[in-house]
Amino acid sequence: MSWEGFRSASELAARAEETYRDYRLTAVREWKKSSPGPAIGYMPIYVPRELLHAQGALPVGILGGGDDLEIIRGDAFYQSYICHIPRSTIELGLNGSLDCLDGMLFPAICDVIRNLSGIWKMQFPEKLVRYLDVPQDFDRDIGGAFYRRELEALSRDLLEHRGRPYEEEALRRSIATFNENRGLVRDLYALRQKEPWRVPTSELYCVLRASLVVPVEESTAMLRRYRLLAGSASDRTPMDQARVVFTGPFCEQPPLGLIKSLERAGCYIVEDDFLQIHRFLRHDVPVDGDPLENLVTAFLEDAIASPTRYIDRDEKGRDLLERVSASGAEGVLFGAPSFCDPALLDQPMVVKALEREGVPWTAFKYSENGGQFQVIREQAGTFADSIKLWSEV
Amino acid sequence: MKDTSQLRQKKMLADHFGRLARAEETGEKSVYTFVPGNLTELILSFDLLPVLPEINALQSGMRGKSREYIAVAERLGHSEDVCTYVKSDIGMMKSGNVGPTGERLPAPSLLLLSYTGCFTFLKWFELLKEEYHCPIVMLHVPYQGDGKITESMRSYVVEQLRRKVIPLMEEVSGRAYDEDRLKEALALSAKAEDDLVWVLESAKNRPSPIDAYFGAVYYIGPMFSAFRGTQGAVDYYQSLRSEIEQRVVERRGPLTPDGELENERYRVVVEGPPNWTSFREFWKMFADEGAVVVASTYTKVGGVYDTGFRHDPEHPLESLADYCMGCYTNLSLPQRVSMLARYVTDYRADGFLINSIKSCNSFSAGQLHILREVENRVGRPGGFIESDLVDPRYFSASNIKNRLESYFQMIEQKRSGGASA
Repeated sequence: MSWEGFRSASELAARAEETYRDYRLTAVREWKKSSPGPAIGYMPIYVPRELLHAQGALPVGILGGGDDLEIIRGDAFYQSYICHIPRSTIELGLNGSLDCLDGMLFPAICDVIRNLSGIWKMQFPEKLVRYLDVPQDFDRDIGGAFYRRELEALSRDLLEHRGRPYEEEALRRSIATFNENRGLVRDLYALRQKEPWRVPTSELYCVLRASLVVPVEESTAMLRRYRLLAGSASDRTPMDQARVVFTGPFCEQPPLGLIKSLERAGCYIVEDDFLQIHRFLRHDVPVDGDPLENLVTAFLEDAIASPTRYIDRDEKGRDLLERVSASGAEGVLFGAPSFCDPALLDQPMVVKALEREGVPWTAFKYSENGGQFQVIREQAGTFADSIKLWSEV
Repeated sequence: MKDTSQLRQKKMLADHFGRLARAEETGEKSVYTFVPGNLTELILSFDLLPVLPEINALQSGMRGKSREYIAVAERLGHSEDVCTYVKSDIGMMKSGNVGPTGERLPAPSLLLLSYTGCFTFLKWFELLKEEYHCPIVMLHVPYQGDGKITESMRSYVVEQLRRKVIPLMEEVSGRAYDEDRLKEALALSAKAEDDLVWVLESAKNRPSPIDAYFGAVYYIGPMFSAFRGTQGAVDYYQSLRSEIEQRVVERRGPLTPDGELENERYRVVVEGPPNWTSFREFWKMFADEGAVVVASTYTKVGGVYDTGFRHDPEHPLESLADYCMGCYTNLSLPQRVSMLARYVTDYRADGFLINSIKSCNSFSAGQLHILREVENRVGRPGGFIESDLVDPRYFSASNIKNRLESYFQMIEQKRSGGASA
């Protein structure tokens, strides 16, 4: 669809919200009418979308069913002490919403998503199902060599599922296309950091999430239009809010209502972990030389310090402290999905780093389908008030 | 009265923990690592002493210490949602690091993060790294997502061993890598593995001479901890095998907390780890019903040997790589379903039970699907109970007992239904 016709950022964001809440993936079905390639879903955090794009596939971000979906069969797959995203994802698979996908990629996030790949293989044997084992060794000739072979295997899988043959030049073009997209995302984050009242996180979130279910070219047009409208909105004025980093929601996403509640409670979210695939690689991927190797190197050397990645030579929490500093945040909200191992096991280490530097923080848990935000809103409000009244940061 | 093998194992453990307790005075160095994907032969070839935090945690559970240790960790900010092995270990460390024998464990000289089949391992050693400030090395073991080990996966692990793990072990130990010594150890491993497999497969007999879950956690002890690749382990498994052979000849049932089981009423396969805080009580719930576990997946977490894998001295590093990648929790869900279905059939089980562990996503995520798949394949009933590893708050004896009784009644009904059909 065209995003050029929108005259206000909030209208565009509202349409983006409709787009991402369309769990039957109308945008994907439309794409398939005119494209011979496969649509390939992927679970959160990171997959090399450039490679899929270069081989004629449509990468489609699948981030669970949020608070829109009634779970009927998904709960029969998971015990009560397992997070929510796998049960809503399997629900989407079983209720036909994801029929338009020709395959699913399960990146190495945690044991729950890993095992979901096995369930998917058994439930949908006719589809391409791949567990994408990304290296935890970051030397180019050890972990890098392994990752390259993983990507080559993925490339062969795509070819077997109506993808085009791999071509270096096509991958260079796709990298450039995604670089442009990533650049716009970085630009929006920079604008929000500078003037958070212009880019409410509840809007930015919708735009970025919708970007994951439409072709990258359309996403780029949407981001550009939103940047223009938000940047020039004259009716958006600063308020006396606390600037916070919201860390933890890198896999299962919080309900949009929760993000809005945090904003209403007096927080400007100036840095976050939402939809990390947009910013998983910190910079543009080079287009010169061997493009596949460039993707490998970017993953090894330019990725963010995600809790799903082993911190080898670095210090835990240093990355978050840098983000606090760079964004001018006054405090940190830890919002982890219930039963999320990567987030919750990471938290004590990162908290220690924050306390060492005297950065205020507070923590809560959520579930993608949670609907009661009053307690979190009060907690965030008290936190924001305490920052504004007493913080020395 | 204890069997010879039990006495032998007890002495092996006492000697090992004694060496660990004296390590600071003797100058011996220790390597903390994990049971799945443990590289015991390699560690021992550098004269380093293995320490397995999971085993310390389960021992804390059995000794009634884990409740207190978990509380210590939760007071330090660890979530109630996460792995209780980790919290028990952190709590134990913060409480003086006193190990299973009541003696203090040494701080690690090296953390060997064998990232095999469990995401939590990665976080666990990041946490320990913050506490100990000692060298740490990651061995990333790729997952069998497609149900097979590829040459790419194998060479990735071997390269890490050759270029990361071994050089750091050389540095920490002050010794050069001695491949001949490693090969000798691997040959001993293969011998002991033969006998372990024989012992576990003895449960195909009727009556089964062993309990392949509760009883077998003792049998796997030397193999899964600090002794694989030693003559001591070979001797232990030979002695164990002789004892079990005798039981088979005499058609005796397995030992239980209340002595020998004389009337084998139900044969079941179990998936998932046991609960450790009420281990004997849990075992008795089976034994009181005349239920014998004839095969289990938990006894494969430290290595799957009953499909033919043996450590191979001719290909030492490749063999270690294959061992790591073949551990049970590194298998895909379809592989796990196939293994369970095969066990139910091959061991002529009446059905299978899943003990779903709250704090172990690696095992638990997907078990309800496994339950349905295995039932469909073998046509025998599956049961589902829930508990935890070492958090006593999640062991509800009455609930579990009720479920088990209902499950065994269901088997009984199926039998009578089958007889009248």
